[in-house]
Amino acid sequence: MSALAANLVQSVDWLAIAPPTIAAAVGLVVLVADLFVPEPRKPLLGRLSVAGLAAAALMLLPLLDGDRATFCVNGTHACSYTADRFTLVIQFLVLGGALLAALLSVTTLRDADRRLPEGEYWFLLLSSAAGAALLPASRDLATLIVALEVASLPVFALVGIRHGDKKSSEAALKFFLSSVTATAVSLMGISFVYASTGTLYLTQVADRIQHVEGQFHTLAQTGVVLTLVGFAFKTAAVPFHFWVPDTYVGAPLPIAAYLSVVGKAVGFTGLILVTVVGFPSYADVWGPALAALAALTMTVGNVGALRQQATRAYSAVRLLAWSSVGQAGYLLVPIAAAAYSNDAERSIGSTVAYALMYAAVNLGAFAVAAVVGRTRTANRITDYRGLYATNPLAALLLAFFLLCLAGLPPGIIGLFAKVTVFSAAVNAGLGWLAVVMAANVVIALFYYLQWTALLFRAPEGEPVRHRLPAPLTAAITLTGVLGVALSGAPQLVLRFADTGLF
Amino acid sequence: MIDINESVMQFLLAFVVLAPLLGAVAALLPAPPGLKGKSPGQAVLRHGVTVTGAVLIATIVLAVGFDHDHPSKMQATTDISWIPALDVRIHLGIDGISLPLLVLTALLTFLCALYSYFKMPAGPTPKAFVALLLVLESGTLATFAVLDLLLFFLAFEMVLVPMYFLIARWGGEGRTRAAWRFILYTLLGSVVMLLGLLLIGIKAGTFDMVALATDNGRSLTASVQVIAVLAIGIGLAVKTPMWPLHSWLPDAHTAAPTVGSVLLAGVLLKMGTYGFVRILLPIAPDGFRTFAPYLAAFAVVGIIYGSLACLSLAKQGAKGDLKRLIAYSSVGHMGFVLLGIATMTPTGVNGALFANIAHGLITGLLFFLVGALKDRTGTTDLDTLAEETGAALYGKAPRLGGLLAFAAVASLGLPGLAGFWGEMLALFGAFKPATDLSRPAFLTFMAIAAFGTLLTAAYMLVVVRRVCMGAVPQEAPKLADVHTYEFAAWTPLVALTVVAGLWPRALLGLTDPAVQQLLAGGTR
Repeated sequence: MSALAANLVQSVDWLAIAPPTIAAAVGLVVLVADLFVPEPRKPLLGRLSVAGLAAAALMLLPLLDGDRATFCVNGTHACSYTADRFTLVIQFLVLGGALLAALLSVTTLRDADRRLPEGEYWFLLLSSAAGAALLPASRDLATLIVALEVASLPVFALVGIRHGDKKSSEAALKFFLSSVTATAVSLMGISFVYASTGTLYLTQVADRIQHVEGQFHTLAQTGVVLTLVGFAFKTAAVPFHFWVPDTYVGAPLPIAAYLSVVGKAVGFTGLILVTVVGFPSYADVWGPALAALAALTMTVGNVGALRQQATRAYSAVRLLAWSSVGQAGYLLVPIAAAAYSNDAERSIGSTVAYALMYAAVNLGAFAVAAVVGRTRTANRITDYRGLYATNPLAALLLAFFLLCLAGLPPGIIGLFAKVTVFSAAVNAGLGWLAVVMAANVVIALFYYLQWTALLFRAPEGEPVRHRLPAPLTAAITLTGVLGVALSGAPQLVLRFADTGLF
Repeated sequence: MIDINESVMQFLLAFVVLAPLLGAVAALLPAPPGLKGKSPGQAVLRHGVTVTGAVLIATIVLAVGFDHDHPSKMQATTDISWIPALDVRIHLGIDGISLPLLVLTALLTFLCALYSYFKMPAGPTPKAFVALLLVLESGTLATFAVLDLLLFFLAFEMVLVPMYFLIARWGGEGRTRAAWRFILYTLLGSVVMLLGLLLIGIKAGTFDMVALATDNGRSLTASVQVIAVLAIGIGLAVKTPMWPLHSWLPDAHTAAPTVGSVLLAGVLLKMGTYGFVRILLPIAPDGFRTFAPYLAAFAVVGIIYGSLACLSLAKQGAKGDLKRLIAYSSVGHMGFVLLGIATMTPTGVNGALFANIAHGLITGLLFFLVGALKDRTGTTDLDTLAEETGAALYGKAPRLGGLLAFAAVASLGLPGLAGFWGEMLALFGAFKPATDLSRPAFLTFMAIAAFGTLLTAAYMLVVVRRVCMGAVPQEAPKLADVHTYEFAAWTPLVALTVVAGLWPRALLGLTDPAVQQLLAGGTR
């Protein structure tokens, strides 16, 4: 009896699953508490959510000592949830990103003056963060898709959360429709893979897909390609990028920041898991596809950013949106390189290192944009003119973040993160991709530097001093300290490019 | 010459690279009480002079403490691991090749800071100006002091942003476009260079320049060397600049403020040629041999092209700009440097290194003088200056005119002045290039380059005639002659030009052993 029970009831390693679980639980608590908290005390919910995300991130610490796995099929090594180094690094990125986005949200919600429903907002943000934290740990295709949807469904609602705002609803609808299509395609791909291998566990898929019978070969191949589509969509890779600019502009600014970092992290983590862990034997299929995708994505993204007119409304957010598409292209390069290299894990490490750098500095840039956006609601790039004269520290940090994104000193961490990506490409023999990326780095410099230069121009007209509320100050300080510390000691993130993560 | 403790030397070299950076940060902070000076602007400009002065003194002490009996040995070396994941080490060191460039950089930056203290270029706050100048100095000094390929790349990139802002904010007409051209061109070059550096590092398993130079390309296959040399060479050639990749230079020089032009010509261009000598020659000799004849050919075309461009600018009625003319003359002078390097012989490479220093001194002086001329007359347009008869600088401001004539004849390579030896040695090198290079081809290049020296002499003399000579009209307003601060900034350059011309051994004695060893197989 007890033996049977042991077979039926899996033992759960609660510590291993703590980070996503805490985020989800706090989300539920906030939703319920929203019903009982009187209107003037609503900011309490924000504090609770920030604390919850911080607690979830802190729960990563006890996991550092070694790999853990849970929800395993008895007698095999196939597990649904694994907390290895890769998982922990991505969970850190995702929870940290969500935490910073939450800090930005505190101010946005206060400024919105009850026009945004606070309880729902925090619940949705925390649920999405929980899904995003679950995704890197999932090691079977079903959990992967569930996590992907948990991470993205709340975001659709968040994008459209501004009631009565036409742009907001339109953005949400656009985002929702295209995302759901992508997921459906992905599901079909997974069903093909399941049909040809008979398993959903990534490690087993990797074994069995090599020995697929002849008639199923095409099915498996189609399955692999279709599965990738859904994840490529989440990274906003071209041609799945068209939703990005409108969505970023339509969404509240913190949500755009969240999407640009956590949304991307979700997408490329899924891509890494599916390609490198699930289908390594199909490297000849997904390698060239991802390489082409990377080249297209960075080129389209950077050219799009280049074409932004500085005087148009929301041009700052639009530029960050397009540039995030370009950055997604760089993130894809090492994943594509993993197909060609005999040390796939090192290539993946380059993506992870780049993503960590990108998360810190991009959120920093969004934080400064949030500061400026408070007084200049149109958030044009020209609104940043003369920022140095009124808020010197914020201007210097924004310049630093932008130069990190461009990859030029003094943004040393940005430079070396680019170097690791380049070196992954050169190492894998993808010379052409490296050259395309080199050209893109130059294009990107143009718009980043143009913006940077504007910060130090003499202000036009009456200079506006931007007030810095505490949560925004915290977010800017946090990202700034991270960026500067990493520039002094790039090894902190680059070490992931040197060791095995799985 | 003087025995200085090795750890003191190490500290000095690290100080030289880092002090300007710390100084740049300090420049942005408000001045501490007691150092406020007459105004915030004056205080920060004085801060710039102090920091660059301290760096100059440190480099001079380094030069004095340098073991002149073993200039081929890397001295004052520091080697600390920085980013193990990328195998990047903070590896610093100087030998006979880098030491003169280090001193030249520190000297020119100090003179520029001194000059700006009295004559701040028109533009936004001096605070940012000083900070950018110091970051620029740190980047250039680091380029010459680092011995790690990726650090070299970092230092190479570090100068871009400050130089961009110096041109775009403190420059003259057409500065925005010129600044963009400068930074986009150079960045494109240096990103391509990065690919070559990575290729070398990945295939050879190390980014350490000393180890790679000792290896002398033995662990790199011929095809890797060819690709790497092509990629790195393009990056360096843009910076040098080599014809036909030079088109950013005239605009940048014309638009840049005086000190910007001085540093651009005096120091930044040397980063390119230094890279050729330090990286390509010893690390990928086979690949370099493949491209040497093409490099020489482009160099020679550059010499002729630069001279012809100058001649046409110097012509009456051509509306030639003096700064533009000097910029084109730089293309020609850098052609000689590249020709010397392309011969792959000790003679040629020594000549190239000598010409590097000489060009830094002379062209730096020329840009200072033209800047001073612009401050007095408000224009650098030759036709406006000279009108029909000539600007008659000898009559209006005799000392300024004399200095300009001096710099011009030094630039055309008058024997006895610094410009002569480098170009002569480069031509000698081309007369007898390395054994596996085609001698007839190099003889042709030599002949054409020699013809180029004649053209150089022609346009320089035309400039002297049109600017310095001429009749002084009676009612003409007198121009202010050389001020004391200008004397202070220019005298070191004049003196060094004469010393290097009369006593070339001082420099060649440093570079020759290092070059011999570099060509024979790496640094010890």
